[in-house]
Amino acid sequence: MFIRRLGAIGAVAALTFTMAACGSDDTTDTADGGDTGTGEDTGAGGDDGAMMDSLRIGIKFDQPGLGLREGDAYTGFDVQVAEYIAGQLGVDAANIEWVEAPSAQRETLLETDQVDLVVATYSITDERKERVSFAGPYFIAGQGLLVRADETEITGPDTLEGKVLCSVTGSTPAQRIADEYPGVQLQEYGTYSECLPALLSGQIDAITTDDTILAGYAAQDQYAGQLKLAGEPFSEERYGVGTQKGSELCQEVNAAIEAMIEEGAWEQAVQDTLGAADFTPGPGNPPEVVEDCA
Amino acid sequence: MSVQAVLFDAPGPRARRRHLILTIVGTLLVLGILGVVVWQLNEKNQFEAFLWEPFTYPDTWTEYIIPGLVNTLRAAAVSIVFAMVFGVLFGMGRLSHVRPVRWVCGVIVEFFRSVPVLLMMIFTFFFYVRSLGMPGTTASFWAVVTGLTLYNGSVIAELVRSGVHQLPAGQGEAGLAVGLTEGQTLRIIKLPQALTAMLPALMSQLVVVLKDSALGTFITYPELISAARQLGSRYANILPAYVVAAVIFIVLNFLLTTVAARVERWISLRGHTAGAPTAAASNLVAGARAGAPGEFGTNVLDHVEEEIHEHRHHPRHPRDPGGADRT
Amino acid sequence: MIDILTEYDILGAFWKTIQLAFFSAIGSLVLGTILAVFRVSPVAVLRNIGASYVNITRNTPLTLILIFCSLALFGVLGYALAPRESPTYIVDNAFRWAVIGLSIYHAAFVCEALRSGVNTVPVGQAEAARAIGLTFGQSLSQVILPQAFRGAIAPLGSVLIALIKNTTVAAIISVPEAAALMRVIIENETGSLIVFFIFALGFVILTLPVGIGFTSLSRRLAVKR
Repeated sequence: MFIRRLGAIGAVAALTFTMAACGSDDTTDTADGGDTGTGEDTGAGGDDGAMMDSLRIGIKFDQPGLGLREGDAYTGFDVQVAEYIAGQLGVDAANIEWVEAPSAQRETLLETDQVDLVVATYSITDERKERVSFAGPYFIAGQGLLVRADETEITGPDTLEGKVLCSVTGSTPAQRIADEYPGVQLQEYGTYSECLPALLSGQIDAITTDDTILAGYAAQDQYAGQLKLAGEPFSEERYGVGTQKGSELCQEVNAAIEAMIEEGAWEQAVQDTLGAADFTPGPGNPPEVVEDCA
Repeated sequence: MSVQAVLFDAPGPRARRRHLILTIVGTLLVLGILGVVVWQLNEKNQFEAFLWEPFTYPDTWTEYIIPGLVNTLRAAAVSIVFAMVFGVLFGMGRLSHVRPVRWVCGVIVEFFRSVPVLLMMIFTFFFYVRSLGMPGTTASFWAVVTGLTLYNGSVIAELVRSGVHQLPAGQGEAGLAVGLTEGQTLRIIKLPQALTAMLPALMSQLVVVLKDSALGTFITYPELISAARQLGSRYANILPAYVVAAVIFIVLNFLLTTVAARVERWISLRGHTAGAPTAAASNLVAGARAGAPGEFGTNVLDHVEEEIHEHRHHPRHPRDPGGADRT
Repeated sequence: MIDILTEYDILGAFWKTIQLAFFSAIGSLVLGTILAVFRVSPVAVLRNIGASYVNITRNTPLTLILIFCSLALFGVLGYALAPRESPTYIVDNAFRWAVIGLSIYHAAFVCEALRSGVNTVPVGQAEAARAIGLTFGQSLSQVILPQAFRGAIAPLGSVLIALIKNTTVAAIISVPEAAALMRVIIENETGSLIVFFIFALGFVILTLPVGIGFTSLSRRLAVKR
C-alpha cells in the first residue's frame, strides 16, 4: 500500500512538474537542449567536427578560484579551461550555458543529458569511468593542507597528530584522513567556506582537501596574507573533463586540452586564478593527456 | 480574569523595590550577554567592513538572497496547497463510515506524522534522481515539496478530523434530518465549518512549512540558506550571510503569525462558526488573551494556546481544532 | 538487505538519536520552565525577555540555530564543550552543541506548553493561594505550577515527539545520528525504499510509545475539576 502510494505520489509530482515546466523558467533549459541538440548530435554521433553553436557545461558555482558564480559572471580555473575548450569546439564563450554541478550530481547530469561537459574538479576514477567518458587529465591535483600564515608546526600529513582538521562531511579527503591518520580530530562542515572562519579564529588547525580548492580560498582577496598551503600534496587527483558515455566530443576535448597546454593558455589560467595564493601546481603538471575516452 | 493577573497583587513598596531590582538584574543580564557576544565577535574580527559591505551591493540581493527567498517561498506555497488537498482527503478518509478506508487513512496519517521530514526529503530526493531520472534541482524541489506535503498534510488531516469532531452534534443530526446522506452531511455541512475554524491553524502551519523548507539545503535545494552559503563563499562572509538569512526567516514568520492571529480574531468575532477554536478554550485561556495588553508580542502569542493543545492521541480532546504540531 | 543491516551500525545511529533526544528533552524542559516563569512573572522586563526569546527562536529554522551553535559559538567564538586533549574532542563537542541547539529551540515550545498549562488552572486556585497569603513565588511553585505541569502533559508530549524527530536535523552539523547514516546508506546502496522504511520504522517505534504514554499519563494525571 505504502509502496504503491509513494509511487503514485511520485508519478503525480513528476507529471505536475512536466506540466509546470512548460510555463516556468525551466523552459529555457529544455528549449536550448532541443534547439541545438548538441548532446544528441554528438552522442549519436557520426558527424564528427560539426560546428556547434552552444554548449552546456557543468561547473562548481561555489568554489573560489575554480568555479565560482559571481552574479551572472563565472570565474575560476575550471571556467577558463571550459571556455578554452568551447572555443576550440567553435563555441563562443557567450553561448555557453553554465549549469551547477555539485559533486554528488555530476554523473547524473551527464547521464540524463543535462550537460555536454563537466569541468568541476572532477577526479578520474575507474568507478566513474563506468558511467562517464573522461577527457584529460587537464590538471593533477593532490590532497593538501591549508593553514594559517603563521603556522609552523604543520608541515605535512605526518605532523597532524592531535591536530583538528576540517573538511566537508562525507568527502573523500575527509574519509582518507579518518582512515589513514587516526590521531587526527576531524571537524566536518557542510562546505569548506564554513571551515575558514574556524581556521582563522584558531578553533581548527588546518583544512584539508584538493590543493587547488585550498589555493582558491587562499587566493581570495579577503584572506590575502592570512593563509598558506603547507607541505606537499599527499594524494593524486587527476582532474578530467567528463563527457557523456561514448560521446564523440571526448576526443575533441582531449585535443583542446593539449592545445591549451601547448599554447601557454593553461599556464596563464593557473596564474590568473590561483596565482595570488603563491600556488605552484604539484608534480606532474602540466599533465600529459592520456585518457582514451573509453 | 486570568491566572497570570491574579498571581500577584498590585505591588507594595517592598515588592516594588524587589521588582526594580529584578528589572535591573534582568536588563543587565540581557545587556551583559549581548555585550559579551558583540565584544567577542569583534575580537574575532566579525564586524569588519568587508564582511558586511556585500549586503549593500544590489547583486547580493538580486543574484543570491532574493532568488533563494523565492525558492523558499515557492516550495512552501506549493507544499501548503498540496498539504491541504492531502489533509482534506485523508481527514475525510479518517471520518469515513467505511471501516477499511478509515483504518488505512489512519495508518498513513499516523505514519507520516511519525517520520522526520528530513528522512522523507532524503529518501524522495534520491528516489526522484535515480528512479525517475529527474535533474538534480528539479528533484530537490519536489523532494522538499513531497516531504513537507506528506508531513503537514497529515497534520492537517488531524486538524480536519478534530475540527469536525468538535462541531455540535446538532449540525450532523440536522443534516441527516433533512435527508442528506452521511457523506453529504460531512461534505456540505461539517467540512466547510471545520475548515473555516481551521484557518488560523492552517496559517500557523504555514510557518512550520516555511521553517522546514530550510531542510532542503541538506539535499541541495537552492533555497535561502543555500543561497546564503553561496554568497558566503563568494565574499568570504558566510557567518554574516547566515545571520541575514535568519533575520529574513524571523521577520517573515513573525508577520505570518501576526496575520494568523488577526484572522483568528476575525473568525471568532464573526462568531457564528459552531466549531470555532474558542470552544477549546476554558474561560481562562480566553481571559489570558485579554490580559496583559501591551506585553510585547501578546497578540502573536495568543495563538500559541491552540498550537500547543493539539495532541495526536487525543482526537476527542475537548480543545481546539486549531492545534498544529510543529517541528 | 542483510548486508545493509550488518555492514552499517543502524542501531548505533539510533542510540545516538535517543541520546540526543534524551539530553535535549531535559535541557529544554529546564530552560522552558525558567522561561515560562519569566513569562508569567510580575516583572515586565522578565516577561519581555521570555516573550522575545520565544518569538525569536520559534521563528528561526532549527537548521540555522544548529549551524550557529556549531559555526559561530564553537567555530568562531571557540566555546568548546569537551576537553581539547580528549581523543573524541570534536565528536563530543559536536554532539553537545547539538544538544544545546535542540534545547534552545524546543525550550520555546516547552515554555508555551507550560504557559497553556498555567491557563488550564482555574483562577480560583490562584485567588485562593493569594488569599491565604502566599507570595508570587510560593503560589507559583506550590499551587499553580504543579497543576500546570499536569495540565500541560499532552502538549509537552507533542513537543517531545517533535523533538525526537527533530534530532535528525543534527545531521546538518555532522552528528552521526540516524538521518546522517540513512543518507550514507542510500548514497552507497541500492534498494533505497527498504532502507527508508527501516529508518522510518525506527522513528515510529520511538515516537509511538511516547504518544501513547503521554496520552494515558495526561488522562491519569488530569486534575479533577
